[in-house]
Amino acid sequence: MLHIVACIKQVPDTKIIKMNPKTNTMDRASAPAILNPYDAHAVEEAVRLKQRYGGTVSVVTMGPPPAVKAIKKCIEIGADEGYLITDRAFAGADTLATSYSLTKALEKIGKILPIDLIICGKMTIDGDTGQVGPGIARRLDIPPLTSVKKVVEVNKEKGYAIVHRKLEDGYEVIQSTLPCLFSVEKEINEVPYSPLPNVIRAARYQPHIWSVDDLEGVDRTLLGLKGSPTIVAKVWPPEKPKGGEMLTGTPQEQASRILSLLLERKELFRDKEVTG
Amino acid sequence: MSNLEDYKGVWVFIEQKEGKIAHVSLELLGAGRKLADKRGVPLAGILIGHQVKPLADEVFAYGADIVYLYDAPIFRHYRTETFMRAVIHCVETYKPEIFLYGATSTGKDLASAVATDLATGLTADTTMLDVDADTGLLEASRPAFGGNIMATILCKKDRPQMATVRPKVMKALEPQKGRTGTLIEETLSLGEEDIRTKVLEIVRDTEKKVRIDEADIIVAGGKGLGSKEGFQLIHQFAEVLGASVGASRDAVEAGWIDHHHQVGQTGVTVTPKIYFAIGISGAIQHIVGMHNSGLIIAINKDPNAAIFQSCHYGIVGDAFEIVPMLIEGFREALGKAEEVQYGGKV
Amino acid sequence: MAEKFDVIVVGAGPAGTACAYTLAKAGVDVLLIERGEYPGSKNVMGGVLYRKMMDDIIPGFYKEAPVERPIVEQRFMMLDAESAVTFSYKGMEWAQEPYNNFTVLRAKFDQWFADQAVKQGALLINETVVTECIVENGKVIGVRTDRPDGDVYADVVVLADGVNSLLAKSLGFHKEFRPDEVALAVMEVLKLDKKIIEDRFNLEGDQGCTIEIFGDSTKGILGTAWLYTNKDSLNIGVGAMLSGLIKAKIKPYELLEYVKQHPMIRPYIQGTEQQEYLAHLIPEGGYNSMPRIVGDGVVVVGDAAQMVNAIHREGSNMAMTSGVMAAEAIVRAKEAGDFSRTMLDSYRVNLMNSFVGEDLKKYKDATHHFEKYPHYFEKYIPLMNKAASQMFTVDGTPKREKQKKIWKDIGGAGDKFKIARDLLAAWKVMK
Ligand SMILES: Cc1cc2nc3c(=O)[nH]c(=O)nc-3n(C[C@H](O)[C@H](O)[C@H](O)COP(=O)(O)OP(=O)(O)OC[C@H]3O[C@@H](n4cnc5c(N)ncnc54)[C@H](O)[C@@H]3O)c2cc1C
Ligand SMILES: Cc1cc2nc3c(=O)[nH]c(=O)nc-3n(C[C@H](O)[C@H](O)[C@H](O)COP(=O)(O)OP(=O)(O)OC[C@H]3O[C@@H](n4cnc5c(N)ncnc54)[C@H](O)[C@@H]3O)c2cc1C
Ligand SMILES: Nc1ncnc2c1ncn2[C@@H]1O[C@H](COP(=O)(O)O)[C@@H](O)[C@H]1O
Repeated sequence: MLHIVACIKQVPDTKIIKMNPKTNTMDRASAPAILNPYDAHAVEEAVRLKQRYGGTVSVVTMGPPPAVKAIKKCIEIGADEGYLITDRAFAGADTLATSYSLTKALEKIGKILPIDLIICGKMTIDGDTGQVGPGIARRLDIPPLTSVKKVVEVNKEKGYAIVHRKLEDGYEVIQSTLPCLFSVEKEINEVPYSPLPNVIRAARYQPHIWSVDDLEGVDRTLLGLKGSPTIVAKVWPPEKPKGGEMLTGTPQEQASRILSLLLERKELFRDKEVTG
Repeated sequence: MSNLEDYKGVWVFIEQKEGKIAHVSLELLGAGRKLADKRGVPLAGILIGHQVKPLADEVFAYGADIVYLYDAPIFRHYRTETFMRAVIHCVETYKPEIFLYGATSTGKDLASAVATDLATGLTADTTMLDVDADTGLLEASRPAFGGNIMATILCKKDRPQMATVRPKVMKALEPQKGRTGTLIEETLSLGEEDIRTKVLEIVRDTEKKVRIDEADIIVAGGKGLGSKEGFQLIHQFAEVLGASVGASRDAVEAGWIDHHHQVGQTGVTVTPKIYFAIGISGAIQHIVGMHNSGLIIAINKDPNAAIFQSCHYGIVGDAFEIVPMLIEGFREALGKAEEVQYGGKV
Repeated sequence: MAEKFDVIVVGAGPAGTACAYTLAKAGVDVLLIERGEYPGSKNVMGGVLYRKMMDDIIPGFYKEAPVERPIVEQRFMMLDAESAVTFSYKGMEWAQEPYNNFTVLRAKFDQWFADQAVKQGALLINETVVTECIVENGKVIGVRTDRPDGDVYADVVVLADGVNSLLAKSLGFHKEFRPDEVALAVMEVLKLDKKIIEDRFNLEGDQGCTIEIFGDSTKGILGTAWLYTNKDSLNIGVGAMLSGLIKAKIKPYELLEYVKQHPMIRPYIQGTEQQEYLAHLIPEGGYNSMPRIVGDGVVVVGDAAQMVNAIHREGSNMAMTSGVMAAEAIVRAKEAGDFSRTMLDSYRVNLMNSFVGEDLKKYKDATHHFEKYPHYFEKYIPLMNKAASQMFTVDGTPKREKQKKIWKDIGGAGDKFKIARDLLAAWKVMK
C-alpha cells in the first residue's frame, strides 16, 4: 500500500490573463484560477499508481483559501485527501521559502501516514521555475527525479522505483531508492474526464486546512517574504516590437517583393541547394 | 546569511554530454565574461564528468580564466546526487559571487538542488543579465506570468547569486585558439554506495532529430493553416527554400506537427537569419521564441494580428494564395540563378 | 453504486439555482448539475435583472451580489435610417433602495447566486452535461450524464436547462421550435471607462440606464435592439425572429454590425473595446408554445418551459419565480412521500395563477400579431420620425400647415382607418 502525495498549486490561467498596463500587475479578474495543468498530470499519475499498487493519494498545496477549489479538482481526478496550508506568514514566498513550507506540511502529513512517494508537476505556469519540486526533495533529503515521463515500477517491498527521465535527445532509465520525488512531464499521461462519483465526492469534500501554528518545528524566519532570498526588483511590460513594414499592392506584387528580399540573401540558399 | 565579501568571481556550469559541451554553456561563458569584466573578477567554468579533462581547453578558448574540474567514473552520467555534491563542494571551497547554468533539463535540475542546499536565491529561465559593477548585485530578468510581463530578480543577501539562463538568448564569443587559464582539479571522496540513484540505461532517439534552433531559415506555420493537410503548405515551402519547419503551440497541439518544432516560450528559442510566420497570430509566448531572428516575414489574413507588430515585413493575405506564389517564384528564380551560375559569363 | 438524491436540478441558470436554493434551504438533499465551467459561464442575457423576484428569494441581495448598476432611466428609441424619436423615463425613486432593477453580467451573477445555493447546502457540480432522463415505468427516476459512471438518481428531476431544453423535448413535453417561435439574439460586451459611461449617458455615480431600440435596428424584422450600461462596460445586442432573419437572409451578427454603425447609436459606443461576443436563442412563443411542465418525478422551469415575456424583455424573473414555485411543490411532495404528476401539479397551478401565468396569457398573441402585421415596424416608425422631423424643423412654415402635411403623409401611408385599427389591435395585445 503506497502513500503518494502530489504537490499542486492553483494558478491564474496565464493564457487569457490581462495585465494592468499602469501598475504592471495582473488583473486577477481577467484570469480564472485553475489547477496548474502540469499538476493535474502529477495527480493523475499518483492515482494510476494507486490503482496499480493499492494505497492512498493525498494532495497538498500552499496558497490562499480559494485554493480549496484546486484541491477539489484533484479529488475529482481521484485523490483521497487534500491538505491546504494557508497563512499570511506564507505570503510572498519564492521557491526556496515555498519548498520549506511545503516540506513542513509534508512532514506532518507523513506522521499521519508515512509517505513513499512525492509527485510534483514539471513547473507552474505562473511561477514557471520548476524549482520547488527538487527543493522539497533536497530538504527531505530524498532523491529528486525531474523530467519523469514514464513510471516503470514502484516496488515498496524492495524499496525502489524505476522511471524514464526525458533527455533533450531521448530518455534515461533511472532507478532510485524510495521514498523519492518525481517532477513529471505533461506527456506522462492524459488526464481523463473524471467519473461522476468522484465529482460528487469532490463537491462534498472539505480539505484539511492548516495554518503555520498547526505545523511543527517551523522556523518563521524561513517563511514567506522573509525566507525568500530573491526579490522582484522591478516589473515592466515586454518590449513591444516597433512593427514592420506592411507590404501593399496586389498579392503578386507583394509576393515578388518577398522574393527579392530572399534573393538578396542568396548566400543562405546556395549550400542548401547542394545538400538538399 | 553569507558573508558577502568572501564571494568573488563569476562561474558557469559547463554542461557536457559524451564529451561535447552544450552550446548554451558556451553562450553563458560569453555572457559571464561581460559580467566578470564589469566587476573585474575572474570567469570560471566548472566541468564535471568522466574523461572530460580535454574539454577544458575549449572552455578557456571561449573566455574562462579558470576551470574547476571533477573528473571521475562516478560522474560518467549526470545524476543530481553526484553532480550536486561536486558543485556544492566547489562553491564552498572557492565561493563564487555569481553562478550561471543553462536552463536545460540538466541545468535546472542541478541548480534547483544546489540552491536549496546552499539556501540561496535562484532565478529561473533568465533572458537578460546585468551586474552592478560596485556592489556585484546580479540583475537577472525573465519573462513571468506566461510571458505577459518581464521581471528583474535580485538576490541581495545571499551568495552565490544563481540563475538558469535560456539557451540561445546570450551570445558565445568567437573562440580564441590557444587561450589558456588555470586548471584546478578537484576530487571528492564519493563512493557508489553513497548514492541512491543509478542510471540503468540511456536511450537516444534514433530518428533524426529536428534541430530548429540551429537552422538559418525557418518557415513556421500556425493554427491559420486550418488542418494537417493545410500545414503541408509549410512543408512544401520549407523544402524549396531548404528551410526547417517551425510551428506555433496551437499547431502542435492540434497534432499537425511534432512538438520538437514548437517555437516559443515552452518550445524552442530560435534565431535564424530568416523567419517566416505564416498563419500565426503572434501571441507573446510565440514572439519571445523568435523575435531575435534576422528577418521576420509574416503572412496573416487579419490586418490586426499581433504578429505584424513583431515582423520586419508583413503581408495581409491568405496563406493559401500567397505561399504558392512564393514557392513558384522561388523555383523560377533558382532556375535562373543556376543558369547564370553555370551558363553565364565568367 | 450510483447515488440517489432527493432532487436533481439540471442547469444552474436563474431558474435552476432559485429552485436549488429554495430546496436546500428547506433541508432537501439537492444536486445541481451545470454543464458550463461554472454557472453563468455560457449564459447570455441582455442584462436587466428585476429586483423584486430575486429579493423574494434573498432579501437585500443587491447589497452583496455582483450587480452592475441600478437602472434609473429607461429610454425608448424609435429608429429610422437616419433619425430617431426617443422618449424616456428617469426617476430618482429608482436610484435608492429597494431599487427597481439592475444591470448584471450573468457570468458573475449566476456564479454568485449558485454560491448562495451551495451555502444553503445544495451540492453543485460543473462541467457535467446531462444527456438524458432515466425513465422507468413512465416515471423519471434520475439522469444520465456524459461522465464515466455517470448515472445518478432522485425522487424528482427539475429541468432548468434553458430555452433549447433537449431534455424536455426528449420526454416528449415539447416539440422542436418553429422559426416563428424563437428569436435569435446576438450581443457584445464592450469595455468602456466608468467615467466616460457616466458622462455619455448622463448618469451620476453608480446609476445605470437602458435603451431599448425599435424600428430600423432590425431592418424591419420583428425584434429589438438594446444598449445597457454596466459598471465599466456596455451591453449592446439585437434580437430578431428567426423566421424574419431567414426570410430577409440576414445573419444576426450583420444586424448587430448595422446597429453599431447606425448614426444614432455609433456615438454611444465610440472608443469601446470588444470584450465578449455571445449568441443565444430566446423563446418568443410565450403562453401559446408552453410545453407540458409537470410529469411523474419531473418538473420543467424557466426558459425550458418557454416562460419569457417577449414584449417586456423579461425572463430571468419568471425563471426564478417558477424555480421557487417548483421547489415549494417538491417540498410538499416530499412531505407526502408522493412524487407523481398529480402531486407535483400544484406547481403548475400556482404558477399559472401568479404574475407569470397572468403575463404570459396576456401577451400570448403579441408576437404573432406583430409578426403578421410587419407594417408596425416597417411603416409606423419611419412615419413617426418623419412627423417629428417636420414638426421640429424650423423653416418658416406655419405649424398648422405642418400638421396638415403630416396628416397627408400619414394618409399616403395607407388608409387612416386602417392605421387606427392597427393601433387599437396593437394596444389590445399589449395591454
Ligand atoms: C504558459 C504558456 C506558454 C505558451 N507557450 C507557447 C509557445 O512556446 N509557443 C507558441 O507558439 N505558443 C505558446 N503558447 C500559446 C500562445 O498563447 C498562443 O495560443 C499560440 O501561439 C497561438 O497559436 P497560433 O498563432 O497558431 O493560433 P491562433 O492564435 O489561432 O492564430 C491563427 C492566425 O492565423 C490567421 N489565419 C487564419 N487563416 C489564415 C489564412 N488562410 N492565411 C493567413 N493567415 C490565416 C488568423 O488571422 C490568426 O491570426 C503558450 C501559452 C501559454 C499560456
Ligand atoms: C439576448 C437575451 C437577452 C435577454 N435579456 C433579458 C433581460 O434583460 N432580462 C431578463 O430578465 N431576461 C432576459 N432574457 C431572458 C433570460 O436570459 C432567461 O429567461 C433566463 O436566463 C432563463 O433562465 P433559466 O435558468 O431558465 O435558463 P438559462 O439561464 O438558459 O440556464 C440554463 C442553464 O442550464 C445549463 N444546461 C443546459 N443544458 C444542460 C444540460 N444538458 N446539462 C447540464 N446543464 C445544462 C446551461 O449551461 C445554463 O447554465 C434575455 C435572453 C436573451 C437570450
Ligand atoms: N504553492 C505550492 N503548493 C504546492 N505545490 C507547489 C506550490 N508551488 C509549486 N508547487 C509544486 O512544484 C512544482 C514546480 O513549481 P514551480 O517551481 O513554481 O514551477 C509544481 O508543479 C507543483 O507540483
